[in-house]
Amino acid sequence: MDEKLARKLRILADAAKYDASCSSSGAPKRRAGAGELGSTTGAGICHAYTPDGRCVSLLKILLTNYCLFDCAYCVNRRSSNVARARFSVEEVVTLTIEFYKRNYIEGLFLSSGIIRSPDYTMEMLTRVAKKLRREHGFRGYIHLKSIPEASPWLIEEAGLYADRLSINLELPTEASLNRLAPEKDGAAIESAMGQIGERIVQAKEERRRFSPAGQSTQVIVGADATTDEAMIRKSALLYGTYGLKRVYYSAFSPIPDASAALPLQAPPLRREHRLYQADWLIRYYEFSPDDVAGASEDGMLALDIDPKLAWALKNRHRFPVDVNRADREMLLRVPGLGARAVDAIIKARRHGRLRLDDVARLSSGLKRARPFLIAEDFRPTTLTDRLDLRAKLAEPAEQLSLF
Amino acid sequence: MGEPSRDLPPTERAGDFGGIHVVSLAPGADLSGFRTAARRLIAAGIPPKNIVWQTEAPSLFGAESGSADGPPLQLPRAVTELIPMVVPHRDPERYGLLYALLWRVLHGERALMDVLSDPLVHRLHRMRKAIGRDLHKMHAFLRFRRVPGEGPERFVAWFEPDHHILGAAAPFFVDRFRALTWSILTPEGSAHWDGTLRFGPPGRREDVPDGDGFEAGWRDYYENTFNPARLNLDAMRAEMPRKYWRNMPETAAIPALVRAASARAQAMIEKEPTMPVKRDPVRAVAKMARDEPDSLEALNAIIARSEPLVPGATQAVLGQGPVGARIAFVGEQPGDQEDRQGRPFVGPAGQLLSRALEEAGIDRGEAYLTNAVKHFKFTLRGKRRIHEKPTAGEVSHYRWWLEKELDFVAPKLVVALGATAVLSLTGKQIPITRARGPAAFGRSFAGFITVHPSYLLRLPDEAAKAAAYQAFVDDLRRANALAA
Repeated sequence: MDEKLARKLRILADAAKYDASCSSSGAPKRRAGAGELGSTTGAGICHAYTPDGRCVSLLKILLTNYCLFDCAYCVNRRSSNVARARFSVEEVVTLTIEFYKRNYIEGLFLSSGIIRSPDYTMEMLTRVAKKLRREHGFRGYIHLKSIPEASPWLIEEAGLYADRLSINLELPTEASLNRLAPEKDGAAIESAMGQIGERIVQAKEERRRFSPAGQSTQVIVGADATTDEAMIRKSALLYGTYGLKRVYYSAFSPIPDASAALPLQAPPLRREHRLYQADWLIRYYEFSPDDVAGASEDGMLALDIDPKLAWALKNRHRFPVDVNRADREMLLRVPGLGARAVDAIIKARRHGRLRLDDVARLSSGLKRARPFLIAEDFRPTTLTDRLDLRAKLAEPAEQLSLF
Repeated sequence: MGEPSRDLPPTERAGDFGGIHVVSLAPGADLSGFRTAARRLIAAGIPPKNIVWQTEAPSLFGAESGSADGPPLQLPRAVTELIPMVVPHRDPERYGLLYALLWRVLHGERALMDVLSDPLVHRLHRMRKAIGRDLHKMHAFLRFRRVPGEGPERFVAWFEPDHHILGAAAPFFVDRFRALTWSILTPEGSAHWDGTLRFGPPGRREDVPDGDGFEAGWRDYYENTFNPARLNLDAMRAEMPRKYWRNMPETAAIPALVRAASARAQAMIEKEPTMPVKRDPVRAVAKMARDEPDSLEALNAIIARSEPLVPGATQAVLGQGPVGARIAFVGEQPGDQEDRQGRPFVGPAGQLLSRALEEAGIDRGEAYLTNAVKHFKFTLRGKRRIHEKPTAGEVSHYRWWLEKELDFVAPKLVVALGATAVLSLTGKQIPITRARGPAAFGRSFAGFITVHPSYLLRLPDEAAKAAAYQAFVDDLRRANALAA
């Protein structure tokens, strides 16, 4: 690989690292036919982990980090003094194919700064995907970060080649957008999400290919004053209205050459983690945004305990739950019992009554679950009502990062 | 799941030593050997406690030579799926545990696999999970290196799995790298693909090339995608245990990244916000804001440049007629003639439309004619290109263009000719017979719905044709009056 390309890769990988999404899951299963390269397994594969604990699944780069927009939170905003570079379509294709052949990656995550015009930029992104599919028979994963200001017909075309399209919301409120990203238009972002969502549903019905792994978005946590509750309510709205597959929460991170409009301190990474947990409860545990609101104080989730435990502690009257009798919905509310454990419990109890040892074999979170459940040979007696229960179950308040 | 075609045949032998059967299977994952033995032992009614399973050559007891296969076992699917996922496990007890499971399932506990809390099922389940994880890590962490030299590309990888999974892991690499020639070497055996999959003897680490032309670039990528402000070593180690590191080229970068992380993050926080060095590109930003095509010609240039979003078409057929036309007609999509000539409504249906327009007192030259879908969609039947109806999805792909086009033309009235035009203009499937007449398309012009002229051509009987044609001309007259 020649040094000029390597230099561009260093700059444009660095510039893309603030995007939390790197997942390669959700695409329909595919495998390479004769003369083709690439497959998708449906589940996604992480090919490496960096010391920040995040996985490398896709080659996540920008086409260019030149940008005409001036969004305060973004390291690539036009007023930033970072080094700039720009890949050609051919270069991105080469890197993707060569990295893929060595089993370094599952595919490509391509984003870009806005150059010349949103349409021009969107066309370039689509050209990369098209070239990979058409000229190289590439069957691996492709995620394109759409440009919301681009014309709708360009997004229509991008969906034919990409496995996933996404548009970053970045800031959950119009007011924050106005302050930190004056050239961005919240309505344009949501209308593009609406377009993508509509087409995904339609294509599924017609069994045609259009962004089959769905769409996702990212919101930055801690760059403005939005509470966790507002964040979760916004996400629930996005899931409901546009059928988003994932909302990524990215704790605002110090960036080189930061703008003066940003807060001085980064928010704790644990806040990001709690938001993911709350999001998870909504998607897989039948929690509502109101439940999450009920589990928080002044709209903020506790940092020392997870939101499910926080909800249980505030709703002690609904516990303990009998593992041999309770319905699925209530079992899902028991802290420490995951969805898989709950399904295993329901299956197993058809064949005999479960004792605490049995539950221990079905769940790895029994320590936290104990005060909240009843088994054949076990009752928590007064444990559920102890005042110091929270302190006993809380994690040490150690920070997950350097800050 | 296929069993690797190892060189070693299943050396399953059993002997009766005071009621104890010794079964010896090939080293590694001997699925077929286990199957044969299990069928025979179950058929003979030998309980688990009377069997000793060996995976090496027998030493203390001499094992009896292989005997006839028993009848196939009728097992629940959950069991047949579990067995190939446990057989590759390194635990020497795996065959014994699986046989105990078979025994219980076939002796009254048919639903045993549902009871994940049962200690045996639980243990087997954990073994299956271990194999699943080992497979996943091999799929993820294996790195190919290109063998240097001229000629077709060839790739080699070295990997050290925890369990005997080479046979189970290979199909993934076949599915993914079908077009390449590759070998995977492990301390237990090797897999080779050049169009067919073969298994061979163990390899050595030294048999893999020292480096690869893209490895440095990959390490560059790995280093630069790491965010020093988010150091989280526990999370990294949990997912990528150290034992894998020595065979992954990028992990050599980890110590330096970790050492420098805190200083780099601190520097980012302490650094004062800087003033932009470059001048603010005011004009470029202003130009960007006016990105959309600003005239019908500009829009048409984009449409003409774009690839068909339906299969078939040779060229885009653009709308025809003056901007500011009083009345616009929207058809379905260009046909064979239109596709050849690149103009709308020139085929048989177009000619019929011209005649009806004339009778209704509308000057075709002053109206705007266009289609919902801009490309001809067809299938070839012999030498004939047979028109194919666009799907709802295809119509949606094109609706942005139609909307933009009508915005530029800005007619007083838009006449939708047929169901596809209605779908494009309203987003809904509406039967024409019911909706015929004035309509709302939710935009700044009035709407009108009637049939597509090709419908008139298809009517079989002459009387019906004449009546339908008259109704169509009447519709056009009404539309003309509405647009006045």
